[in-house]
Amino acid sequence: MASVMNMLRLDGVDRSFGGRRVLQNVSFDAEAGRMTGFVGGNGAGKTTAMRIILGVLAADAGQVTWRGAPLTRAVRRRFGYMPEERGLYPKMAIREQLIYLARLHGMTASAAARNTDTLLERVGLADRGNDLLEKLSLGNQQRAQIVAALVPDPEVLVLDEPFSGLDPLAVDTVVDVLKERAAAGVPVLFSSHQLDVVERLCDDLVIISAGTIRAAGSRTQLRATHTSPRYELVVENDAGWLRDHPGVTLVELEGARAVFELPRGADEQPVLHAALARGPVRGFQPVVPSLAEIFREVAL
Amino acid sequence: MNTLAATQLVAAREIRAKLRDRTFLLSTLIFLLIAAAATTLPSLLSDGPATVAATPEVSAELRAAGLEVREVPDDAAAERAVRDGDTDAAVVAGPTVLAREEAPADVVAALSVEPPVRLLNPTPAEPPGAVLVPFVFAFVFLLTSQTFGVQIAQSIIEEKQTRIVEILVAAVSVRALLLGKMIAGTVLALGQIALVALVAVVGLRLFGDSELLNLLGPAIGWFLPYFLLGFVLIAALWAAAGALVSRLEDIGTVAMPVQLVVMIPFFGVIFLSDNAFAMQVLSYVPFSAPTAMPLRLFTGDAAGWEPPLSLALLLVTALAVLAAGARVYEGSLLRTNGNTSLRTAWRERETVD
Repeated sequence: MASVMNMLRLDGVDRSFGGRRVLQNVSFDAEAGRMTGFVGGNGAGKTTAMRIILGVLAADAGQVTWRGAPLTRAVRRRFGYMPEERGLYPKMAIREQLIYLARLHGMTASAAARNTDTLLERVGLADRGNDLLEKLSLGNQQRAQIVAALVPDPEVLVLDEPFSGLDPLAVDTVVDVLKERAAAGVPVLFSSHQLDVVERLCDDLVIISAGTIRAAGSRTQLRATHTSPRYELVVENDAGWLRDHPGVTLVELEGARAVFELPRGADEQPVLHAALARGPVRGFQPVVPSLAEIFREVAL
Repeated sequence: MNTLAATQLVAAREIRAKLRDRTFLLSTLIFLLIAAAATTLPSLLSDGPATVAATPEVSAELRAAGLEVREVPDDAAAERAVRDGDTDAAVVAGPTVLAREEAPADVVAALSVEPPVRLLNPTPAEPPGAVLVPFVFAFVFLLTSQTFGVQIAQSIIEEKQTRIVEILVAAVSVRALLLGKMIAGTVLALGQIALVALVAVVGLRLFGDSELLNLLGPAIGWFLPYFLLGFVLIAALWAAAGALVSRLEDIGTVAMPVQLVVMIPFFGVIFLSDNAFAMQVLSYVPFSAPTAMPLRLFTGDAAGWEPPLSLALLLVTALAVLAAGARVYEGSLLRTNGNTSLRTAWRERETVD
């Protein structure tokens, strides 16, 4: 289970730019074998935190560790990184530059070529390998960019907004590839502002706002701690009486259908009994709050 | 993988990219053509020995002097041959030399007796043009270091502009990146010069002045180390300049100071080449040493201990500029949304080792 030996851990990381605090005491973990979604609004500090993980920026205070040891360049060389600001060599053939990038990460020439070919095949660019990058459509350039992060067979994957700019089909391909990597025991940390994608994809969640971590943990655990239990009730006629039922907070009411919250730990069965006493009940079930709701709850 | 291996990879990519660049290939080709033309055309275009019409009595003497002789029966026929343009000149009784517009120097020399000359303080004979040799070297250095220097700066800016730099510095150190580019530039510059020199040497051997060639040998020997270290120094300056801007369009703003640092010493050497003291000073100043010291060596003004000392100074300066360039590069690397002032770049050292 969760041990420091299989974690990428940020511990008390601070960073300012010209007196403006961008990260403040940022601590969170990305566990091996799990997809960790890093969520926050624009300017919340996601990109800065990721750049610090990769050593592209220095932290003012705090440290980043992988398997319990502070990061060095040799360790970071085994990381795969997709920066927010995309870029490859426009006038270089795709296959050649991917092999080059893999080799910069310490791979042998033959392993680099093998990985490049496998991944290009996987994202549907196998027949474009000898084309210059600039000859590709923007969507295909994005695919090549994702291959660039995956090609060195990284121990840790850090991806800044990996899905922005991808068409829905490519999103599916990339999701599959990333899940495979996670299943193979790689911690996959990815940021996104597309909460629906994160919801579909992540095991763990880190929510950042204005440079501080507001919540971090597994998705189910965050739901349990940051939202109240919520239920949907459908009756025969009008559900308006719920408004006056003790302990109930109405969230939504449309004629016979209502969504309500109960205080944490409260029993929902008395509400069901009350409904049955008034007439037939067509539906009664717990409602799982969406990530967007959790996000609103903790980040605002 | 260590810094050395990373540097090699970076350098290899730069070289491969350059060897595929049409502009680079074309300019190399043009240099080669110029070198070939400059060494072979003068002898191919010159007329060769003069032709002389003469009667059998003097023809042997003229032939012995290396002239092309056409024998004619009498002086009248000889004069006709010159008038008709069949020969350049004629020798008739007297002996008198006939020609159309100009006195033919080689014919006159063949018939004259030179008095013996005894030099009391002889200097080694220098073929015409030898004086120019160090200046040609200086010019080649100026041209090459500027061309390849700009290309190093461009390559750095390109990586910033296309944003790939963030992936690169996450994997390898900034120093490896910078050093790789400088090594690639040096290898390409030396390669281009070696190729041009090869063509020039072959051209001179086949068609030209081999005496000039013998003089060039030792001069090239000294020129090489100066070129190498001087190039590293200027490459480091260009790398630092490239690190300060984030768009290729802005390269002009930082190019000017670097160009001045290279041009001013060059012209200093050209204009002060007769002033022994000024040349001695210039041959130690790292920016002018690559042109000034080979010139002093060529003219025999420099003592044997001087070049090693000035080379050492040059090396130290090159390494210092290299280190400073790397620091500026690190400080301005991720400021891709505007140009960075030198002071900010120096302070904001970002990447961690």
